[in-house]
Amino acid sequence: MTQTDVRAVGSGLGRIEGPAKVTGQAKYATEQDDVQDVAYVWPVPATIAKGTIRRIDDAPIRAMAQVLAVLTPDNAPHLQPAEDGELAVLQSRTVSYRGQFVAAVVAQTLEIAREAAERLQVEYDVEPHDVELTQDHPTLYKPDQVNPSFPTDTEQGDVDEALGAAANLVDHTYTTPALHNNPMEPHATLASWDGDELTLYDSNQGAYSAQQTLAKLFGLDPAVVHVVSQHVGGGFGSKGTPRANAVLAVMAARMVRRPVKLALHRHHMFAVVGYRTPTIQRIRLGADAEGRLSAISHDVVEQTSTVMEFAEQTALATRIMYAAPHRRTTHRLARLDIPTPRWMRAPGECPGMYALESAMDELAIECGLDPIELRIRNEPERDPESGKPWSSRSLVECLREGAQLFGWGDRDPRPGTRSDGDWLVGTGVAASTYPAYASPSTATARAAADGRFVVRIAAADIGTGARTALTQIAADALRVSTDFVRVEIGDSAFGQASLAGGSMGTASWGWAVTKACTELREKVERNGEVPVDGIEVQAETSAEIEARSGYKYQGFGAQFAEARVNIDTGEVRVPRLLGMFGVGRIINPRTARSQFIGGMTMGLSMALHEEGVLDLAFGDYVNHDLAEYHIAACADVTDIEAHWLDEHDERVNPMGSKGIGEIGIVGTAAAVANAVHHATAVRIRDLPIRLDKLLGRLPG
Amino acid sequence: MRPFQFVRADDAATAVQTVTANPKAKFLAGGTNLVDLMKLGVERPDLLVDLTRLPFDSVDVEADGTVRIGTNVRNSDLAAHPAVRNGLPLLSQALLAGASGQLRNMATVGGNLLQRTRCVYFQDVTKPCNKRQPGSGCPARQGDHRNLAILGASEACIATHPSDMAVALAALDARVAVSGPDGDRETPLAELHALPGEHPEQETTLRHGELITGIAVPPLAYAERSAYRKVRDRASYAFAVASVAAALDVEDGVVRDVRLAFGAVAPKPWRAHAAEDALRGRPATAASFRAAAEAELAAAEPLRDNAFKVPLITNVVVRTLSDLAGETS
Repeated sequence: MTQTDVRAVGSGLGRIEGPAKVTGQAKYATEQDDVQDVAYVWPVPATIAKGTIRRIDDAPIRAMAQVLAVLTPDNAPHLQPAEDGELAVLQSRTVSYRGQFVAAVVAQTLEIAREAAERLQVEYDVEPHDVELTQDHPTLYKPDQVNPSFPTDTEQGDVDEALGAAANLVDHTYTTPALHNNPMEPHATLASWDGDELTLYDSNQGAYSAQQTLAKLFGLDPAVVHVVSQHVGGGFGSKGTPRANAVLAVMAARMVRRPVKLALHRHHMFAVVGYRTPTIQRIRLGADAEGRLSAISHDVVEQTSTVMEFAEQTALATRIMYAAPHRRTTHRLARLDIPTPRWMRAPGECPGMYALESAMDELAIECGLDPIELRIRNEPERDPESGKPWSSRSLVECLREGAQLFGWGDRDPRPGTRSDGDWLVGTGVAASTYPAYASPSTATARAAADGRFVVRIAAADIGTGARTALTQIAADALRVSTDFVRVEIGDSAFGQASLAGGSMGTASWGWAVTKACTELREKVERNGEVPVDGIEVQAETSAEIEARSGYKYQGFGAQFAEARVNIDTGEVRVPRLLGMFGVGRIINPRTARSQFIGGMTMGLSMALHEEGVLDLAFGDYVNHDLAEYHIAACADVTDIEAHWLDEHDERVNPMGSKGIGEIGIVGTAAAVANAVHHATAVRIRDLPIRLDKLLGRLPG
Repeated sequence: MRPFQFVRADDAATAVQTVTANPKAKFLAGGTNLVDLMKLGVERPDLLVDLTRLPFDSVDVEADGTVRIGTNVRNSDLAAHPAVRNGLPLLSQALLAGASGQLRNMATVGGNLLQRTRCVYFQDVTKPCNKRQPGSGCPARQGDHRNLAILGASEACIATHPSDMAVALAALDARVAVSGPDGDRETPLAELHALPGEHPEQETTLRHGELITGIAVPPLAYAERSAYRKVRDRASYAFAVASVAAALDVEDGVVRDVRLAFGAVAPKPWRAHAAEDALRGRPATAASFRAAAEAELAAAEPLRDNAFKVPLITNVVVRTLSDLAGETS
């Protein structure tokens, strides 16, 4: 074995699959050209928001040349009941939201499948629908828990009394619109049956859990279901669990006895893959004359569908951010005739911290304090909710060091007083946070006699650089150069593994990889040499992860924004964004930077652009493509910087790393909104901050 | 996808003849809008006649200063042409404010003029739309209309024309050269687009088979003092929320002449004649500019979510004309 003491972790190793991706060699789900005789599936979305399918006139469609099958609730295979109601595809004639799949066409070509699907006539018995979330919606109820399993409400002390007695009080309601996940690669599946064995090339955030879920749904032994997801073109949470595309593909492939491909159209993505719920958040903060918080209250109203419950944990971060003896958080849901909201990058923290960190900015003004100083004064020594010590918490350092790099020091706090030509100029700050989760995973490490190693784990690289980071982690545990290590991922056959979700991929997989590779190295060292048929070690991390307790594991950050608002038009531009993060050890600075600035860009996009526009009459999000649903363009992102502290946390996991996939989007929108206020003296409490909300209110 | 035929035309007469003969035929130029609409099922032609081999691809300046622009000139090339860049800044700026670099490299003059509305209901065949399906209704009036018309609309339709280029051309009194089954004709750009009235499906005064072969921009003595200001939600690659094309001629602090046109507020590029009339002979001050904008917008009929366009256009008119007046003095 060619041992090395040079550590790979911390180096900016380029993406291992980078050359394959930029040369088009990397095969995504429906690009497997070695699968022959493929047919194509095109789904048929409901054109009503609520009701029942009366009749599907599929005879003329079946008669079309090259149409192989029409799937409807009448002929679709019966599925096993699933907790995820969105997986019960074509299992009933009930329509629960506009855009829900009510049928699908399978044809020889993609073009014919689509044309046939668009011609299929579906008749409905229409019922009145209710799609509008309001703060006092009559169906509001308290869910048993919020995503994934947090208490719905929390209460410590006497919030009302403390608020009543507070010298400084902030009481405002903030809203965020529906936000839609739009990974570049749509949800896509290639399903292929070989006798009773099923292979799925699928775009997902976890091949193993996709295998388990789909096997159960179709009543199959997981051993006969093989899910392969070598390359995934983004997910942002929307591919965390299988969606209707995978179910339809498996059904269709069985029905036509051929492999089938199904890639969703961008329009479908605005209904069937999940989105971030709109939120209505009332925040109340009470503080003494010096800005010390006595009470924090965060009441959230949001939506779920009639298909299943999804309760976003919007007030979760508020439970741990700041010290205050009196604290309350609540979540209430309206059950509407809309698509089911699901995970979207930092569910909970992202919308919740927009509201909390906007309110903190308002409180700073109320108290006459610098917003950084206000946060420092309310820094909790321990997790205010559980009383546990932090494994590490660097919010104050992030604020201070970020402020220095950004040039916050000489900031004039008066809002609406600076301009540059036709543009009002301001700066804002907000905190970021995200938990450092980990979930049990299995890794296999194999040493070959030629000194090379292969590590297998059912990890997913959704564009994060996971494959590369795991190669670095494996190399260090093996004490060899990364040149000698090949990490194979994206295959359900590699065993149970964490999702690429909750920012816990690298921590979870890295932990298992470290354990397997360390054990393998020790075994090889004991053995003296690697025999011809190699040495293999498998490791699983349940025990280690269960043993992790006693601390609160959480990453923190601070984001700074400069906003410019045109005095005549209200146009908002953000020429500068700077993030400083305290997230343990950075495995790969190159891919980490991309994660941070990607998250921050998405946060900027949320602040200024993104909004699913609901049509009350039809009950759908009408701006269902990327021409009408605006995300930030390159020209919106000019000077963007991500930095991190050299934070050492030996408690969090063997790598000392905290997740970085989501923290970048947390707080950005508040930093931008706070900067817009500083520029204009206008407080926008309803995202996105578009020109029509500012026009007519600007200082002249 | 619905099968369709595709032919390449080698000369204008054949192109006109081929399309005239087939009521479901369409001309295809850059394809940046038509092909998208075909994918959406909004446009369902039986036959596409590709114009890109036709010779209308030059920009010529005539002796009297008229700039003749062939219909096939790509938006990028037109924006970069010296006669446009130096002599018609508002047109160059309008072109460069449109779409993205890639789209401008494909999009043509004729195609740009004939591009169709971005109204989300027009683009969704599962919903009613009087323009797409006459008599089916207009959901935009109650639904999503933040970016739809405040001027020139009708009960039947509140769609806007999305072009930037056409707004500058409207301010310049451009004329459109048309070749048709009955020969060639020229029409003022102002008369190319029809207001919706009760027939929003009739978007232009072109007859089926008539082909735009080019445009002529007559000389305007003060065109060098002109500007196009586009307001949009994001910094690039977005249709206008509102736009203003302006040219200003000021002498001794008094407006001698002015050209004004608005974009993204009406079913056609909106020439602001009332504003121009209100300004001629008035002092070149912010107060006059504001009064002129208000004169034009007195006819505005804003809806629930687009009323902001009235003050927005007003502010942009004041700023743009003030800047031009500053340059002039």
